Amino acid sequence: MARTLITAPATAKRGEVIELRTLIAHPMETGFRPGADGLLLPRNLITRFSCRYNDELVFSADLHAAMAANPYIAFFTTATESGTLSFRWEGDHGFSQTETVAISVS
Amino acid sequence: MNTALQRRELLQFGLAAGGLLLVRPVRATSFEMQSAIADYASGAPVKPGKVKFDIPPLVENGNGVPITISVDSPMTAAEHVTGIAVFNERNPQRDVVRFTLGPRAGRAVVSTRIRLATSQQLVAVARLSDGTFWSQGVDVLVTLAACLE
Repeated sequence: MARTLITAPATAKRGEVIELRTLIAHPMETGFRPGADGLLLPRNLITRFSCRYNDELVFSADLHAAMAANPYIAFFTTATESGTLSFRWEGDHGFSQTETVAISVS
Repeated sequence: MNTALQRRELLQFGLAAGGLLLVRPVRATSFEMQSAIADYASGAPVKPGKVKFDIPPLVENGNGVPITISVDSPMTAAEHVTGIAVFNERNPQRDVVRFTLGPRAGRAVVSTRIRLATSQQLVAVARLSDGTFWSQGVDVLVTLAACLE
């Protein structure tokens, strides 16, 4: 399991626009870089990130090799109701990880 | 007299040909980026404007360059941004990242960190719910390049 860092407000007012910041520890190996033995290191990328708010897709991203290592993505969403925010990263070699954060909306 | 003229012509020709050789690779990559953008816009015209691309103009380390893209949009159900994409000119691949947004985003602002292999031009393209595409290009100078992208 890769380490993740998610910054999301625990509480929000209904209709408030909230910022969600996410980071995951991942090398994002491009496949264009030679290793110590001179051979190209195999590609190992996170290719997709998605955020669901109570199982409804609110944001997604398709990542390519030009994303920095430990991909950081910050975006906004509107707080509509109490529930969970789930963040999912998917990548090469069957990599997938999901993290959830609870939010209470008043 | 005659030989001198020929030599002058030859020199001029040589300079012109040299100039063409120098210019061509730049145009080729630029064209590649243009076709990647056209592919994202599926042929629709991409107009400059509405998009604000924040990136330091002088990048000291190409391994992690912070970027922020904001699009001027009310983000209502009727009028919102449906996608934002970033393209580069001289990394091994033209695509950097493609975001998909919806009316629930509230604010069309996205931040991330990217790699830059060398000094080059970057373009951010926004897709709006009415089917129009808007873009902004920026030129960046990179002093320490990312390891091959």
